[in-house]
Amino acid sequence: MKVLKANGMNRCIGCLSCMITCAAVNQQDHSILKSAIHIKTSGGLSGKFIAVVCQACKDDVPCAEVCPTGALMKREGGGVLLDKKKCVGCQRCVAACTVDAITFDHVALLPIVCKHCGVCARFCPHKCLQLIQEVQ
Amino acid sequence: MLYENAIKVLYINLTTGKIEIKRRTDLAGYLGGVGIASKLLDETMHPELPPLAPEQPIVFAIGAISGIYPLMTKTVAMFISPLTGELGESYAGGRLALTLSMAGFDAVVIQGKALHPSNISIDGGNVEIKDARAIWGMDSDVVGQFIRDQEKGSGKRSILRIGPAGEKLVKFASVCVDTYRHFGRLGLGAVMGSKQVKAILVTGDKSTKIQDFKDYFRVYQSIFKSVTETELMSKYHDLGTSINVEPINALGALPTKNLTANHFADAEQISGEAFAKNNLVRKMACTGCPVGCIHIGQFRREFDSGYEYESVSVGYDYELIYSLGTLLGINSTDEILHLIEAVEKTGLDAISAGVALAWATEGLMKGLVTEAETLLPLAFGDSKTYYQAIMYLGNRENAFYQVLGEGTRFAGATYHGKDFALQVAGNEIPGYHTGYGNLVGLTVGARHSHLCNGGYAIDQSITTFDENKAVDTLFNEELERGLLNSLVICLFARKVYNRETVLKALKAVGYSLTDADLTAIAKRIYKMKLRIKEKLGFDPRNVELPKRFFETASIHGKLDPTVAERMIKGYVEKCSLLLAEEI
Repeated sequence: MKVLKANGMNRCIGCLSCMITCAAVNQQDHSILKSAIHIKTSGGLSGKFIAVVCQACKDDVPCAEVCPTGALMKREGGGVLLDKKKCVGCQRCVAACTVDAITFDHVALLPIVCKHCGVCARFCPHKCLQLIQEVQ
Repeated sequence: MLYENAIKVLYINLTTGKIEIKRRTDLAGYLGGVGIASKLLDETMHPELPPLAPEQPIVFAIGAISGIYPLMTKTVAMFISPLTGELGESYAGGRLALTLSMAGFDAVVIQGKALHPSNISIDGGNVEIKDARAIWGMDSDVVGQFIRDQEKGSGKRSILRIGPAGEKLVKFASVCVDTYRHFGRLGLGAVMGSKQVKAILVTGDKSTKIQDFKDYFRVYQSIFKSVTETELMSKYHDLGTSINVEPINALGALPTKNLTANHFADAEQISGEAFAKNNLVRKMACTGCPVGCIHIGQFRREFDSGYEYESVSVGYDYELIYSLGTLLGINSTDEILHLIEAVEKTGLDAISAGVALAWATEGLMKGLVTEAETLLPLAFGDSKTYYQAIMYLGNRENAFYQVLGEGTRFAGATYHGKDFALQVAGNEIPGYHTGYGNLVGLTVGARHSHLCNGGYAIDQSITTFDENKAVDTLFNEELERGLLNSLVICLFARKVYNRETVLKALKAVGYSLTDADLTAIAKRIYKMKLRIKEKLGFDPRNVELPKRFFETASIHGKLDPTVAERMIKGYVEKCSLLLAEEI
């Protein structure tokens, strides 16, 4: 199973095409706030861009560990998959993620979790994001 | 707003502190962007008062489908220009269009004058006027850093600010948007300064469910593909607009040393390639644009002995290389970036500032002004002196810089040097001395910009000149660009967004318009702008074109003022026909 890696962020131009596409494809929403990947600036626009996104934790997966209903399940290759039916919207996963990659959709009452589909990488014009096979 | 049958307008009155949000269902015929902004300007402006009267409005607007398709990235600002005294219209990219849509507004109208220096903070429906006394006087770049640290919302907010030039009401002061983009032309910075508004922050958290994902995403994908995978946009990404330096120079259309020449001998040293080789360190994009035309150049400067260096990064483009380069006879990329830094700090429009200083240099050479007035021995090629002069200009250092800060037209008239004041209808000229298309285009264009009607491109594309055909092309181009500006696309993508694509993009999110509808919208918008110009007393036939335009040869040789005059007349007749048309 492949995972998303933001290895080329030094080349990022800040177009946010990744966020626009992720929100559209995964949440059917026009707002970048619904994206599972977030591009931020460090020190304003003259600084570098950073990608806040699921790091595809493999063995220890904090968000899955705290999930009381088993809605977040470890995903083969790394990261988690969300079972919406089991989620009760407790937001513990949001607090547990050590890189702040999980946000909460207060309308749908569900966490926004990257599923490593790679659509963001497909729409990245500078190859900052890549879907790669994790080496064991 | 998207999927809603109304245009949402935020009205802010700085004098009374009144904030109002109106859902306007009567503006659909103007689509959005420049269309609704023109209508709102017409409704709120006061033609009988001066441009900087507190009552005068600033209108910002985005388009119906801003932010959801690639390169629908711009915001239009409309106002009465303190530089020309008539229609003010300027465009900026950055994040503003996206943040306005996330704040939930199609347009913002700001009127009145704050009691003391203030910032306006728009966070969705929560609008606050905040004390900005402590940051009044700050350079534009510093104020951006300051607000970034003070306010929340990093990454999804937009910050507009003015520099000292805007505070001092320099008539061509600009507004910086998100560090690297600007409402540059026609003096919006002075209008903000006159209202005592140092900065405007926009943020919001509105989300909008996609109604028909399949249709929308199919169109989104096809536009994304044509933007990133075809040749249509590559020149803007690769070398950027600076690619034009050498070809325009080779044509003999590059205004040099205050247009005493049309060719710069050292153009190769300041070409797009030279900038890429010497200074280019990164490229950036407006939100929603995978092209990324913003080219950032870096240079280092020794500020003290003992190997003390500082590095400076600024954005560069063709127009800046012209105005702060060839027009001032500067032949090094580092020195041009140095001057760009000065206009960024002070918050001046780069084109107008360069033209004003080029005029001052020639004025000094001719003895119309003295060094006691300019305070500096301004001379073509001397960037150190120009750096200081930009600071003086932004600060309106003395009586001379006071006059120069009113604009090149005013300075030319004051010091008997109007023949070589490179302005058309009060707006300093962009970097194309191509021929009648450009000169007439600048005169009749609604905002006297080369982007109104692309006259410079007409001159470059024709081999035999036909004045009637050129007039028709200028008129049709102005109409069509009005439509694109109602969507507020980046005009670099004008070939991507042909009628067919525009209709598809609109249809996929529920706007069922026809080609005929678009034509009607374009005409309605242009009519509105022409009416505004009329109310503000503008008639292109009264524009006095400086002699210099007819002395220095263009691509099509020396221009004849009687031909230009005839073309302007012909254009006015076309406008009269449009104004009489029932739409």
